[in-house]
Parts: sequence; structure tokens; C-alpha cells
Amino acid sequence: MNEYKLQEEIERYLNGEMSPEELKEFELLRKESTAIDAKITEHQDFIKLLKQYSDRLALENRLNAIHDEIDVHTLADELMVHPSWVVQLWRNHHSKISVAASVAIFAILSIMFLTGKMTSQDSQYIALRQEVGNLKNKTDKINQKLTQNGRAERFKNTERFSGTGFAITSSGLIATNYHVINGADSVYVQNAAGKSFKAKVLYTEPQNDIAILKIVDTSFRNLGAIPYTIKKAESDLAESVYTYGYPQDSPVFNEGRVTSAVGLNGDSLDYQISIPINAGNSGSPLMDSRGNVVGIIQAKQTQLEGVHFAVKSSYLLSAIHNIPADSLTRKINLNTKNTLAGLTRVQQVKKLNNYVFIVKVYQ
Amino acid sequence: MNKELKDSIPTDSEVILGILNNSESVLKRMYVAYFPMILQLIINNNGTADDAKDIYQEAVIILYNKIKAGDFELSSKLKTFIYSICRRLWLKRLSHMSRFGGDIRDFQEHMHVEDEVEKQNDMDIQFSKMESALQLLGEPCKTIMEDFYIHNLSMQDICERFGYTNADNAKTQKYKCLQRLKKLFFQQK
Repeated sequence: MNEYKLQEEIERYLNGEMSPEELKEFELLRKESTAIDAKITEHQDFIKLLKQYSDRLALENRLNAIHDEIDVHTLADELMVHPSWVVQLWRNHHSKISVAASVAIFAILSIMFLTGKMTSQDSQYIALRQEVGNLKNKTDKINQKLTQNGRAERFKNTERFSGTGFAITSSGLIATNYHVINGADSVYVQNAAGKSFKAKVLYTEPQNDIAILKIVDTSFRNLGAIPYTIKKAESDLAESVYTYGYPQDSPVFNEGRVTSAVGLNGDSLDYQISIPINAGNSGSPLMDSRGNVVGIIQAKQTQLEGVHFAVKSSYLLSAIHNIPADSLTRKINLNTKNTLAGLTRVQQVKKLNNYVFIVKVYQ
Repeated sequence: MNKELKDSIPTDSEVILGILNNSESVLKRMYVAYFPMILQLIINNNGTADDAKDIYQEAVIILYNKIKAGDFELSSKLKTFIYSICRRLWLKRLSHMSRFGGDIRDFQEHMHVEDEVEKQNDMDIQFSKMESALQLLGEPCKTIMEDFYIHNLSMQDICERFGYTNADNAKTQKYKCLQRLKKLFFQQK
């Protein structure tokens, strides 16, 4: 019996298609030969597996059909155990949050860098020289165009900054802040009467923010005796002080008190004072009630209102002392006689008027 | 999914009887009733909704076969049985994907069902062998095999469907196909 025939027989046997005689014969054959018996079992198992497999497929299809009717998405939303909203926010958006955070950090760092917050404490000062804006620049340019060629040169230089200065000798030495005249091409001082004099920078001490100017204009006449003296000793806390300067075109008087013997971050160069001052006040004298110069108005702190600084007068004295002898035509004689002491505040200020100047800086 | 089906969870004995009687509606009610529980288990343990579908269907098949085979004894609630099977299957799959953190968040009580899962696993291996053997067999053999052995069509019908000149030709073809299928099946490891 060949393989094909045998297979045929096995199938008929398993399907019960044999006649009783054939069945008897075949069962006999099966008993005799284990090979045939094994073949029958194998075929039986194989066909069974095939059937089970197809049953499984059918069942899977049925289940899939049922599954398709379920709204899994909504169900999943309901059943998800929701962690707190912070965690959820982080899980859903962590990449975006990270990017935003890095951008923010970068922005803060670059702003700090650009505004100079990272460089030094000086940055916390607003140097109080007044910036005369672009507007004036433009007007000057227009003027320049309007005027004739010959006269145009007068407008070549543009006034960029102004501050305040005060006379320390009757011969025309003016004290002001170094930052006021820093980078200047030319410096003019203007008195209360509105008359300008050309000045030159005689001596500077950038570390103490002090500059000494000398009026070199030929039209300048002697100022007469200086009414105030420069105080050597340090002023006490809570001492009443005032200032007189040019934050604008006309002089401004302001008063307050010495609030600290040290300046920003414990800097012993400065007093901290409670006088409201503005751009342009830089270089103004800080006077005590007896008419002594106790400091030079210097700066204010950006973060805090009403915190202002003035360079102590002792540094001014040492700066005057340090002026090289060869840059002077004659020895400096500081005024030692204070004529303001007995006067009222109003009278003091009236007298000061002649000795306080607008410092104009051209770059 | 209409409301009626959703609302009525069939009793455990109802399910067993229904499956034995091939009741489509009982199967459906059972499926719909317990799926949310499994979805909850899977999606809260690093799985997706598709994972939940796979795992749940596997469990339903185990239950179905067990009932059909007649050896299902209701030793616990059906709900617990399904949950335990799914939990076991999911743990296996998680460790297989090495996504298992050693901690599973449970929502139901559960019991030991390792044996059932193992048995099913053996069966699955056989089925996947059969699947790939049939795949390799190709047409028309695959259809002939299915028609004859699964759909129980007669040789005459097959002869007509495939346009063989006589039943003997068809028989020879069927024989060759079967031999090839067996060969393909047993060749696989």
C-alpha cells in the first residue's frame, strides 16, 4: 500500500466512512503495525490542531468584533489614575517646559550680562550725569544745516552730558565727579548767570570718582573769596545736610540727612544720604548746616528708592593735595574761613549760587 | 455598545452556560463587563489601550477554552479569575519587554493562575507554528486545507471551486498539500 492510498484510508477510517468489513480489516492492520498506528495518531492530532487553530481564529475575530464596539478611548480616560496636576503637567509637557526653562535662564543670564549685573557692584549705580538726549543732537544738526558754512563749526561739538561742579579756589579750580567728565573732548562750565567758560581737566582720581577742573577761559575773572570750607572730619550720622546743583538748567536745592557712614556694600568712600537727587546732580556739593562741604554728590542705588551716595570730603581734600605741582601755576590756597556758618539756610544758598557751576561735557 | 448590554453584568454561571451554548450575547456582555477592569490595570501599569486589548483577549480565550473543555470549576469569582490571568500575563509581558519596575499597581484581589497561563502558552506556540506553516504553504493549498479540514467541504465541492477536472485530481492535490503542510509544521522548532 502506497503512502497516498494509506492516507486515504486513514482519513476514511477517522471520518467513519468505512464499511464494517473494511473497518475490521483496517483495525487489524493498525494493531499489527505500530508505524501505521503512529501515523493515524499523528494525523488525528494534526487535524485536531488545525481545527483548534481555526476555532481560535474565529474566536479572536468574534472578540475583535465585540471590542470594536467599545469606546476604549473614553474609557481609558476615565480609568487612568490621574496623578496630581503638577505631575501630569510635567509628564505631558516636560519637553516644552524644559525648553522654556532653558530659554528663560538664558534670557535672564544675557540680560544680567548686558545690563552689567554680573560684572561689578558699580553697576548698581546710576551715574548721575545727565544725558542730553538724541533730540538735542538732532536739533543741533538741523541748526547746523540752517546756518552758514562759516558759522557751522560752532555746532560741531554736541553737548552730551551735564553735571554740577563747585569752586574750591577763587582762581577757578572746580571739583566735580570723574564720571561726569570721563571721555570728554572738551568741558565748559556755566555759572548761575548763564555765562560759559572753557575749562580743562586738571586732575582726576577715577578710583574715588573725583575730578578737578580748571577754568582756562580768558574772560574768566577771579571768583572772590570762597564762602565755605571743606570739612576734614567725617560727618556724623543723622546730620542735616543739603545740596545745591543743576539737575536741570536752573539750580535746585534739596536737603536730607546723612543716613550711613558707608556707601554701597560697605564702601567707606561714600556717605549714604537721604537727599532726593537726579541725573545732573553729580558733582554737586554736599553741605552741612554750618556751610561746610562734607561731600560730593555721586550716585544712587537702582533697586532702592531714596538711597543716594556722596563721596566724602576727606577724599576731595586728599585729591587736591595729590594734584601734581607742575600742573599748577601756583600753590593752591584753600579757603580756611567759613563765612556761611552764621547765616540762615536761605542766605547760605544765595551765597552758594555764585560758586556752583553747570559742567557741560562735549564728546 | 447599547446601554442594556453595558448595564447588565451576567452572573458567573450565566457566562459558563452561555459559552457552552455558544451564546454570542452572553460572550459580548461578559466581554464588555470586565474589559474596563483590565484596561484600568494595564494603562496604569505602563501599558497602552492596545496592550489591554491583547491581554484581555488572551485571558478571555483561556477562560473560553477552559469552559469549553469542561474543566472549569468556579473556585472563585469569574472577575477575580480574569483579573488574575490578565495580571499574570501582563507581568510576563512587562518583564519580557524589561519595562517591569518590580512594582505593579493592583486594583482587584487576585489569585495564583500560573498553571493556566503556562498551558495557554504551550498552545499558543503550537498555533503560531501552524499559522506560519499555513502562511508558507501559500495558495491554493491553504484554502484547500481550510475548506476540507475546517469547513468540512466535500471533495466534490472543492473540485468545483478550484476547477479540477475530476475529484481524483483534487484528491491528489489535497494529499500533496497536506504532506507539505505537515512537513512545514514539523520542520519548525
